[in-house]
Amino acid sequence: MTTVQPTLPLVSTIVDIRVENGYTKTFTLDCHLAASPGQFVMAWLPGHEDKPFSLADVSPVKLTIAAVGPLSRAIHALDVGDQLWIRGPLGRGYHFEPRSAAHLLMVGGGYGVAPLLYLSRLALAEGHDATMVIGARSEQDLLLTEAFEALGVPLWITTDDGSQGIAGRVTDAVTQILDTAPRRPTTLYACGPTAMLSALAQQCAPENIAVQLAWEAHMRCGIGLCGSCEVGAGWLTCLDGPTFSFDPQIEDPA
Amino acid sequence: MSNPSLACDFLDFQLKTPFVLASGIIGTSKTLMTRAARNGAGMITAKSCGPAPRAGHPNPVAFDFGGGVLNAIGLTNPGAEHEAELLADTKIGLGPLGVPLIASIFGGTVGEFAEVAKIVAASNPDLLEVNISCPNVGDEFGTPFAGTVESAAAVTDAVRRAVACPISIKLAPNVPDIARIAAAVVEAGADAITAINTMPGMVIDATSGQPLLHNNVGGVSGPALKPIALRCVYEISQAVSVPIIGTGGVSTGQDAAEMLSAGATVVGVGSAVYYRGVSALAGIGQELVAFMHLNDKSTIAEITQRS
Repeated sequence: MTTVQPTLPLVSTIVDIRVENGYTKTFTLDCHLAASPGQFVMAWLPGHEDKPFSLADVSPVKLTIAAVGPLSRAIHALDVGDQLWIRGPLGRGYHFEPRSAAHLLMVGGGYGVAPLLYLSRLALAEGHDATMVIGARSEQDLLLTEAFEALGVPLWITTDDGSQGIAGRVTDAVTQILDTAPRRPTTLYACGPTAMLSALAQQCAPENIAVQLAWEAHMRCGIGLCGSCEVGAGWLTCLDGPTFSFDPQIEDPA
Repeated sequence: MSNPSLACDFLDFQLKTPFVLASGIIGTSKTLMTRAARNGAGMITAKSCGPAPRAGHPNPVAFDFGGGVLNAIGLTNPGAEHEAELLADTKIGLGPLGVPLIASIFGGTVGEFAEVAKIVAASNPDLLEVNISCPNVGDEFGTPFAGTVESAAAVTDAVRRAVACPISIKLAPNVPDIARIAAAVVEAGADAITAINTMPGMVIDATSGQPLLHNNVGGVSGPALKPIALRCVYEISQAVSVPIIGTGGVSTGQDAAEMLSAGATVVGVGSAVYYRGVSALAGIGQELVAFMHLNDKSTIAEITQRS
């Protein structure tokens, strides 16, 4: 039997808050987690629900949070020095064991860019190449572009309305990258809306590029028991995922 | 030299394995239940349903607290009518796998238990598990139904009169004399006993001074529950001769052997899905086979001890 760490909520202090866009902030906490990119935590404040957030980094912990509901709005009202509780890490992270000199193609849509920042940092530290695609509805919705630039990751931007970068979808950027990249990517790592993930899986299949998709779902227990996060024909997003090396809406569990 | 087999009998069923997926664990869809049936389950218990749809409690609803799991999901369910459709559909999936389906029901009054039982029985479950260890709204006896001989027997009697299929009564551990309650429900018509449900407990966050669960109180399961479950199953098996679904804290083959030795006929598995994944029941089965090799047992029945 594997040894599981207790996943009770851990209280931490917020040590930094960075505004990313009009409704998103990255919170840095005074704690570390032994977690891999793609894993998530449930964040909590007393009197509120707990909700899942991907880890944008782990040492120290960083969470990129959009203010879209009661908990996230309450978190946005916090200041440096205030407390936030997190429990985790939960789920399975991206499978990242490349042979020598990999070229990682990473695609983040909407709020999905955060775990790819952590993955980029690890990949570059190991000497691999990485290319990042960030897709959003419009330039006001773009997230973490400076953070990727600061890491030195070549960045492609797509916006639905063409206000910045390529006018179109992330799949359009991927097409261009595959056509022009001097080194062909070995694996595509993605995080974002499920329609985007399915489209990327379809795009990569004939290209013989492996995919690692970080799925989102409504989470209640977060520990594989309540069935609320079921995706496809019996996959549990919190326990089998959230990362899958296939489209879980198409491939069925054994 | 033993040639161990996990096959065993439970009432009129010949099961492939002695492991029962416990109620409330991934029993919310046909696809999840069928997946569990392909991964080591001998029987599958669906999530409990009641007279009306329930959303359940807001988050936080569950934690691993270190010694086990604490949960207060809140009996989320689509209501008996929808559940009956889900059960009928699930039976179609489980049939070819040779895995019986156990429906689980609860109610707020004795009358509601009977009504819900009737609605669910129309889907033809192989066994109906009566969850009397649930929070109740309008009980007629002043205590939870599982809490006294009288209330437990009353629910059992009402459900027995309402349906023709075999019924198992799911008992609560937090009672002074579980053996007496077990004997009473058997006398009132129970064909089997499921023991035990979770033990009420709480986790408090020291920093905020707040209970961590939205519902404050939840049910303890996992390793912390095992000694309590073993004791309950042991005492019940001394008092009744109907088969027992023994559940509480079983995560390994050795745990399963202990539960069978305590007097369980078959072994319920729940929180182990968190600890080991959806294939937990298959993994526990492999370990139990290894145990049987080592201890020269050929059949599950050889491990179970009954007075």
